[in-house]
Amino acid sequence: MARMKFLCDAERCIECNGCVTACKNEHEVPWGVNRRRVVTLGDGEPGEKSISVACMHCTDAPCQAVCPVDCFYTTDDGIVLHDKNLCIGCGYCFYACPFGAPQYPQQSSFGARGKMDKCTFCAGGPEDDLSDAEFERYGRNRIAEGSLPLCAEMCATKALIAGDGDEVADIYRERVLQRGGRPKTWGWETAYQEG
Amino acid sequence: MSQSTSPPVSHSTSKANGKHKKTMAQRNRIAMWSVFFVLATSLALPLMSYSVHWLGMSATAQEAPDATNPRANFWGAVRDGVSGYSAVKGEGANVLVQSGGTDWLAKRNGALSQKLPWIIAGMAGVILLFHLLGGRNKLDKRGNLSGRKIKRWSWIDRLVHWVTAISFIMLAITGISMLIGKTALIPLLGKAGFATWAGLAISIHNYIGPLFSIGVLLMIVMWIWHNFPTGVDMKWLAAGGGLFKKNHPSAGRMNAGEKIWFWLLATVGVAVCVTGLVMVAPILGFQLPAGIETARANMQQANLIHGALGVIWTAIALGHIYIGTAGTEGAFEGMSTGYVSEEWAHQHHDLWAEKMVAKGKVIDPSAPVASRAEVATPAAPAAQN
Repeated sequence: MARMKFLCDAERCIECNGCVTACKNEHEVPWGVNRRRVVTLGDGEPGEKSISVACMHCTDAPCQAVCPVDCFYTTDDGIVLHDKNLCIGCGYCFYACPFGAPQYPQQSSFGARGKMDKCTFCAGGPEDDLSDAEFERYGRNRIAEGSLPLCAEMCATKALIAGDGDEVADIYRERVLQRGGRPKTWGWETAYQEG
Repeated sequence: MSQSTSPPVSHSTSKANGKHKKTMAQRNRIAMWSVFFVLATSLALPLMSYSVHWLGMSATAQEAPDATNPRANFWGAVRDGVSGYSAVKGEGANVLVQSGGTDWLAKRNGALSQKLPWIIAGMAGVILLFHLLGGRNKLDKRGNLSGRKIKRWSWIDRLVHWVTAISFIMLAITGISMLIGKTALIPLLGKAGFATWAGLAISIHNYIGPLFSIGVLLMIVMWIWHNFPTGVDMKWLAAGGGLFKKNHPSAGRMNAGEKIWFWLLATVGVAVCVTGLVMVAPILGFQLPAGIETARANMQQANLIHGALGVIWTAIALGHIYIGTAGTEGAFEGMSTGYVSEEWAHQHHDLWAEKMVAKGKVIDPSAPVASRAEVATPAAPAAQN
């Protein structure tokens, strides 16, 4: 079974925010919610690096561990999804997440947190695959359609790679061999307990 | 390399080329040196890479272990939560990795939710055991009460007390549901059932919390004057509050136990309210205290303090609730009707009762209106002392 992973190549990311825009458009994400974002470190200085980050679909996900209503589940592909029918918008997953992935749409009354929204690795939610209800709550289910996440598919410099962890690692290894230097599988140490 | 001796054969062959012709010995020598040169070069060439390394020209040379490795330091800082720039705005959006969440998770899923709540069960057990063994703290003169009353709590005292008390019970139930519901309630209610309750619980907690905080604040302002410690309190504490003995130690309007409960409310209670308001900050738009870097880190800390103190406060509150209701005969009517019997006042708050008698504040509802003053007169001389 494939174990889905994201990898962002810091040597290639040019901070175009194409992944952010592709994600918002594909899933019709509510206003104020961004499932993916690009962070630039040392912005404007020599050697600045940009990383596109979203839910990393962690092994032993902290959000899953802390959720008081136990609304998270991990698919056979290693994708961490959640059930919005159960979510109460307590915000604990946001406190726990190392990557700041969980997002909350504002509710009408006093701006209270709504039900949490996050990257689904384009794999929808617990509703029937490709149903309207699934699209409404979680966005497109590209995995069920046989496609990979759109953010990575759209990436102009192919900095962001998504898919089976072994294949992602192979592609990245080949790049590092060709261009020299050291590999930097950013975030894998934290998310998958490997460097 | 001029040679004096040349073979006669070569000499005779060609006169014109004779000067450039090499002898056999010369050729042998050249061949030998050539072989040596080829061997030496073939041995030396592969070792040339070392010279590149020595000159500091190779890529690996730069990555040699170094105390100041810029690349490792760069990513190390990122792992430690250094912030950058992001076009996406929002809490923590410019931070790639935050490690505070892992620490928070370990404490919240560890001691806070797995161990600490047992103190509530422990307290309930101790109270039950005490009640079964020791029994109710009865009025000494039960059965022949005079019916005379002393006013202890005004209507505003009682209103604030009960609004806060009912809020406290609602907050404790909903708060504990959030804390241990995953382990205690999901097996009973199922995921969907518990999620429905938890959704309601979080709303109750968020909306009642600020009301409760106002109640706590009012209590502090209204009752702080009764609760400064005095010498009498030391004796009261030394006597254990008469908890295990028949004779009751002296006490003023508030005994030392009540004063401790008040100061607990004024410290622990305020901390619980403040941390609670920090967490509902997105709702109420509270300005977060300066000095704490991010709202997220602020909420992680607030959550731990709020949870731990809330659980401890709830456990101690069980003691207050027991003493104020089933534990002490005649105590509950003080906070429900506002009046206590004169006998209760003398038994539990003798110094206060004497003062009230001296001031003529004892009311006899059974006596005609005209004779009410009469009740107070015997104590009048005491007031002059």
